[in-house]
Amino acid sequence: MVDVLTGTFTVKAGHAQMLKGGVIMDVVTVEQALIAEEAGAVAVMALERVPADIRADGGVARMSDPTMVCAIIDAVSIPVMAKCRIGHFVEAQVLESLGVDYVDESEVLTPADETHHVWKHDFKVPFVCGCRNLGEALRRIAEGAAMIRTKGEAGTGDIVEAVNHLRTVEGGIRRLQYLDKNQLMAEAKELGAPLDLVIEVHESGSLPVVNFCAGGIATPADAALVMQLGAQGVFVGSGIFKSEDPAPRARAIVEATTHYQDPDIVARVSEGLGEPMKGQAVKSMPKEELLATRGW
Amino acid sequence: MSKIGILAVQGDFAEHCQAFRCLGVEPIEVRLPEHLEHVQGLVIPGGESTTIIKLMDLYGLTEAIKERARSGMSVWGTCAGMIVVSHRIMEDDLHPLDLIDLDVRRNAFGRQVDSFEADLAVPVLGQAPFHAVFIRAPAIERLGAGVELLTQLEDDTPVAACQDGVLVTAFHPELTGDTRFHGYFLKLAGIGQPVTGSDSSPEHSTSVL
Repeated sequence: MVDVLTGTFTVKAGHAQMLKGGVIMDVVTVEQALIAEEAGAVAVMALERVPADIRADGGVARMSDPTMVCAIIDAVSIPVMAKCRIGHFVEAQVLESLGVDYVDESEVLTPADETHHVWKHDFKVPFVCGCRNLGEALRRIAEGAAMIRTKGEAGTGDIVEAVNHLRTVEGGIRRLQYLDKNQLMAEAKELGAPLDLVIEVHESGSLPVVNFCAGGIATPADAALVMQLGAQGVFVGSGIFKSEDPAPRARAIVEATTHYQDPDIVARVSEGLGEPMKGQAVKSMPKEELLATRGW
Repeated sequence: MSKIGILAVQGDFAEHCQAFRCLGVEPIEVRLPEHLEHVQGLVIPGGESTTIIKLMDLYGLTEAIKERARSGMSVWGTCAGMIVVSHRIMEDDLHPLDLIDLDVRRNAFGRQVDSFEADLAVPVLGQAPFHAVFIRAPAIERLGAGVELLTQLEDDTPVAACQDGVLVTAFHPELTGDTRFHGYFLKLAGIGQPVTGSDSSPEHSTSVL
């Protein structure tokens, strides 16, 4: 009898490796999921409201109704992700039981725990988590996240925070590479991150899992920008289905993510897409409305 | 000059590039038809087969790869790549490249929670078992008469095969650090010799990271 292993970190993190160079799109209906799949999305994020609407509506944002998650799972052949609240391990258990391919423990929903995240090692389903800096990324990986995304500021259509967070994580990695071994313990203390992961990043010069960029991507040029800054793929939330004409914009963002190093192609796919989502400048927002600061 | 190319429109092409570098071969990334010019062996990596097929169609790669394969370019598809090169995808409207006479079923083992790792006997690679990683993997449903079966699961599901210059694996050798399949494909494509040994026969080209 051959040993067959499921739910290992290799198959969890390996799934994220298969998503690289791709676009993961937020969808709220089966119809949108089919548009995303047709446009070439590598996965869809099934949720009840896109972040722009969560902002506008206020109130408590929770895990989606299982009925809609299952309807989307049945409708598409690409992987389906869904969000649970930070620290809400029972929502995560429910999503795992529904058969979602990835759980996003997300700051876009209202946190269920203001101190702790989900202990993700206990799940067979892999998790993606948001981060704003290297320490936050390594804490999530230590808890079992098999994929990381920089947070940006969801639902704004403003790329500025996505760029900030990506540069901060990438800069943090480069800084670790320059340190000598005598400095690593102090750096681990400073980052609030486990020493073994700090040593791993110091030696490899990269995160031990895939890192995508999220939060504020609204145009093909936005997608190519974050790819050139080092993201390995992108999440697009409100940017597609809050725009004037979602299907061609979705396709254009997919093409720009593949051909991010080719300005001629990014220029061509950017033509005649109609109005992007209107958006909201992050600098004009009160601090208490920011979602990215959720997470500990 | 003959080259190994890795289709780089989406997926884990970087992991394949790294595996070939371990064998002393510097591959080139293929995103547009003109990148195929010197390619004598093309790898279609793991990724999302729907996305890869759509991007290949959009940028003229579908016809270009078929034409080059007809004139002797070897092709290796891993996981999604196996779907892309197959004759037919069960219960799906997408048109694969039809480079090898076999039909595949996507997500044949279930969803992500059913993804698995297992050791397989692969006689063409020598005695040591090959540690195979299956991620939302496809399976071969029908194997054509001229196709050589390379390995199967305990329940006899075929998961690697070869026909002329076309190799398919339902799993991901690029994720394991065992480069024997990469060495096997180099030989199939008639490219270089792994620098990690004087004898490049499959039995001796094991390399462990």
